[in-house]
Amino acid sequence: MNPQAIGKPLTRIDGRAKVTGAARYAAEFNQPNQAYAVIVSSTIGLGRITGIDPAAEHLPGVLAIISHLNAPRLPYNPHKGGIDPSYGERLHVLQDDQVRFYGQPVALVVADTLVRAERAAAALRITYDAQHPIVGPRDKQAKPIAPEADGRLEADNVRGDPEAALASAAVAVDITSDIARQNHHPMEPHATIAAWDGDRLTLWSKSQFVANEQEEIAAVFGMAPENVQVICPFVGGAFGTSLRTWPHVTLAALAARQVGRPVKLALTRRQMSFTTGHRPRTLQRMALGATRDGRLTSIIHEGTGETSRYEQFIESLTSGTDFMYSCPNVRTRYRLVPLDTGTPTYMRGPGEASGMYALETALDELAYKLGIDPIELRRRNEPRIDESTNRPFSSRSLMACYDIGAERFGWAKRTPEPQSMRDGRLLIGMGTATATYPAMQFPASARARLLADGTAEIESAASDMGPGTYTSMTQVAADTLGIPVGRVRFSLGNSDFPPAPPHGGSQTMAAVGSAIRAACLAVQDLLVERAAANPRSPAHNMGKEALEWVDGHLRRKGGAASGQSYAEIVGAAGGVPVEATVSVARDPEIDNKYSMHAFGAVFVEVSVDPDVGIARVRRALGAYGAGRIVNPRLARSQCLGGMIGGIGMALMEHTSLDARDGRPVNAHMAEYLLPVNLDIPDLDVLFVDEVDPHVNPLGVKGLGEVSLVGMAPAIANAVFHATGRRIHELPIRIEHLLGV
Amino acid sequence: MIPFSLQKASSVGDAIAAARAGARYIAGGTTLVDLMREEVEQPDRLVDINALPLKRLQADGDDLVIGALVTMSACAAHPDVKRLQPVISEALLEGASPQLRNLATMGGNLLQRTRCPYFRMLDAGCNKRTPDSGCSAMDGYNGNHAVLGTSSHCLATHASDVAVALVALDATMQVLGPNGERTFPVEDLFRLPGTTPHLEHTLQPGELITAIRVPGGRYAPRARYLKVRDRSSYEFAVVSAAALLDLENGVIREARIACGGVGTKPWRMRACEQALAGRPADRSSFELAARLSLAGAQARSGNKFKMELMPATIVRALELARDVP
Ligand SMILES: Cc1cc2nc3c(=O)[nH]c(=O)nc-3n(C[C@H](O)[C@H](O)[C@H](O)COP(=O)(O)OP(=O)(O)OC[C@H]3O[C@@H](n4cnc5c(N)ncnc54)[C@H](O)[C@@H]3O)c2cc1C
Ligand code: SF4
Repeated sequence: MNPQAIGKPLTRIDGRAKVTGAARYAAEFNQPNQAYAVIVSSTIGLGRITGIDPAAEHLPGVLAIISHLNAPRLPYNPHKGGIDPSYGERLHVLQDDQVRFYGQPVALVVADTLVRAERAAAALRITYDAQHPIVGPRDKQAKPIAPEADGRLEADNVRGDPEAALASAAVAVDITSDIARQNHHPMEPHATIAAWDGDRLTLWSKSQFVANEQEEIAAVFGMAPENVQVICPFVGGAFGTSLRTWPHVTLAALAARQVGRPVKLALTRRQMSFTTGHRPRTLQRMALGATRDGRLTSIIHEGTGETSRYEQFIESLTSGTDFMYSCPNVRTRYRLVPLDTGTPTYMRGPGEASGMYALETALDELAYKLGIDPIELRRRNEPRIDESTNRPFSSRSLMACYDIGAERFGWAKRTPEPQSMRDGRLLIGMGTATATYPAMQFPASARARLLADGTAEIESAASDMGPGTYTSMTQVAADTLGIPVGRVRFSLGNSDFPPAPPHGGSQTMAAVGSAIRAACLAVQDLLVERAAANPRSPAHNMGKEALEWVDGHLRRKGGAASGQSYAEIVGAAGGVPVEATVSVARDPEIDNKYSMHAFGAVFVEVSVDPDVGIARVRRALGAYGAGRIVNPRLARSQCLGGMIGGIGMALMEHTSLDARDGRPVNAHMAEYLLPVNLDIPDLDVLFVDEVDPHVNPLGVKGLGEVSLVGMAPAIANAVFHATGRRIHELPIRIEHLLGV
Repeated sequence: MIPFSLQKASSVGDAIAAARAGARYIAGGTTLVDLMREEVEQPDRLVDINALPLKRLQADGDDLVIGALVTMSACAAHPDVKRLQPVISEALLEGASPQLRNLATMGGNLLQRTRCPYFRMLDAGCNKRTPDSGCSAMDGYNGNHAVLGTSSHCLATHASDVAVALVALDATMQVLGPNGERTFPVEDLFRLPGTTPHLEHTLQPGELITAIRVPGGRYAPRARYLKVRDRSSYEFAVVSAAALLDLENGVIREARIACGGVGTKPWRMRACEQALAGRPADRSSFELAARLSLAGAQARSGNKFKMELMPATIVRALELARDVP
């Protein structure tokens, strides 16, 4: 492959469609004769529905009011996609009178207009027998449990004797953290339009994983998956909330079937905090023991995450700790607290974002105790191999990240003492932290089709929630085929396309990119066969070994002639397009051989107003080692987004629950604070030139998550440097910093 | 949203007649339409007042006369406002977002409703929204609530920023109603919740705000508005303070202070003001005076930190005002 497009900072090929409004999102695929559904959400946090007054049925325009009283029993056949919790059973919506959490859908109103559906939903009188829910992991009645064996994650890991090593450590720190529940709150709310044609169902539905949505809805309704089609060409941000298929998709399909019309169902912003997952609140303890010269002798990481009563949502909260640093005695323990709440889900940097917070703030604390520079401390504990598995890293550029990052950031100007740096009255702090995220790659498939005009059509049921999948995949296809990007049309977001894995876990580039590359190579092989079979072709009767592809032309290996173009080969065979569909999985041997992760070093400068406790990020820099960078412009943008998410996590984002009934009290964009432009003044992104020959043939690791991980601890460490105060809660707010 | 009828008033008389017959005024709609969408406000008739001649902003000697329909953006950018009372610009620009400020009017701003979250949740008890339904904030979430002027019925803040500056500036309201014209201090527009938190202001039925008059004074140059919040922009005040100082040789002749985010209405800090008169404009005077803001303050579980933040904000605002070049 002769990289022409890969590595170039191409602008988004779908950018124009997005800014002109031509890009259509789920709720914009309006269908003829479409009706509207509105979810009625439970107003209690736990209990039973005792009655639903049917009077609202007679309001103008109402087509149906569906509740557990009249909803058909849905088959809910067993189905678990890779993103569903492996233990427990999904919420069966409108199937019984039980209310498991505040905001659970308890009825659905369908009417001919949205306003009429809303009116009837507001008029619907529902009575309950309410009980007191337990919604906080610190509630005395909340009981931690060990998660059921999951196969993907071990709840307990131990090497050496960490307790004894901690007890005898020359220097030790032992700190706790409480990280708030967060909701994803992407700009685009969840929405589904459902239309039945006989027993075929089409869903235009916001999804990061159309292949799973197809299978899940087929399972819920007891249908053959091929009778369900899910279409989602654009996603207006998601951060993980559209990985699973949540109850509203079922409700839209159910409503459409009940009223015999296409039905649109969009969640309100408030409902975005009820049934579409959240980053679980976590409680953690991190104890570190070290020698005087800063070598870690013990790490104990105990992490607890919240989950629902009906499913065990697990995330890799303690996984980073297992391998991050060299240490002979390590114990990690992961527990869950089942609560009367909806099931949490993956949110950008799931597990690592919270877990690395605990590790990296504790390490910072240790650096102060030892009087060693935080970067130097990490350098002294840099492992040669992954000590949790005894496998070498496929590549690990952490120290290179620290080196180039520290240089560009000006880390040397930092004076180590807390409260030692000022700008006028403001306290200035600089903090740093390590970021990591596994380089995953699930099986993916793609189709490549060469047309008589020499252009290529590429299809995969992938998704683009913002990172630029459309663009980067086009680059991969163009370079693999040796043609300009303008001759490639890449389509995604349709379950009729070859299946792709969830658009999450930072693996789209690796998984879908590898599949597209393989599909393009496969179609080239088919074209070779065509050419070889054609008596008039210069390649007639020649084998693949004797030929080569150069700039989109097939020629004799090392030959001087320009060779035959795609158009010529396809045209010579009557113009019938040639296509190949290929599925690619990572060689399991690679997983057994290497520990594969992206790494990064994050630097932050904050100011803290000592009078009124305001902490603001003044500048931040992330340096990442994430394999090959396919498109530096998109990669930078992806990292900026992750870093901004980290600012939100550190200083703003939290969903507050009313302990009495579990209702989110800030389920509103004016009160659920996310960073605005003024909060992100100066962000910088650097990439280490990292060549990883093992992860996948493209050599890519993914950036989406690693860029959020590390930001929150770097900010907290900077706040400590500025103020000398270690805040054990996220987000860090004014109320925590008064009187510093 | 509940269906409603909309009428456009072409004269002040028309508007008042419509309001008298039960219609609600709508100006920028940024409060009203928002709450109608959530069905917290349920008017069945609206009268659009945007065509009325209340968009003028002019200097009258050293006074400012701000028409009720002047937008927040226009007011903030007006040269006379910047020259005579820059603290008004400052308070306005710290509020809402540019998009909102382009629509929102000065009259509407003063009558915006609280940001107590339960006020917007129809399934929660809220005396302000539904009299006698209880106050969910009292023993629930009360982190952004008031510590001054509260009652056992309600502890919601009034969330306007510019109202805080106007109260500190002794601005007055000009209103026109079925019974003619009235003028009264902006401070008197707002009621304390008492046992009737649903009654928020003192306008009579049908009364229309026509203008706000800001008296000129010797404070103008030394006046600052400080808004303390967790995000840099587009967030209501956690605590805010408008501080005005009249200095002579470093000694305070007179001070005026009002706070936002702490009271059930924009809160004038008269005890602090009195304590400052005749004192040197230094930090220890400010700290001593600021402590007096706590008299009568009562916190709940979530807003305890305001007992510390309120005086700290006052001190900082006073320093900022003193240091105006
Ligand atoms: C997301 C968000 C964030 C915000 N942040 C801030 C902030 O940080 N700081 C801040 O100060 N404000 C903030 N606001 C509030 C905003 O400033 C007000 O909504 C706005 O000023 C109201 O003006 P309006 O013209 O849109 O009023 P409308 O919505 O039209 O009317 C509001 C009320 O005033 C009445 N009314 C309007 N004009 C008159 C008149 N001339 N005479 C009598 N009655 C009248 C109406 O009947 C209605 O009851 C925010 C609002 C939103 C939605
Ligand atoms: S504080 Fe006031 S506005 Fe809030 S719930 Fe109580 S009564 Fe309603």
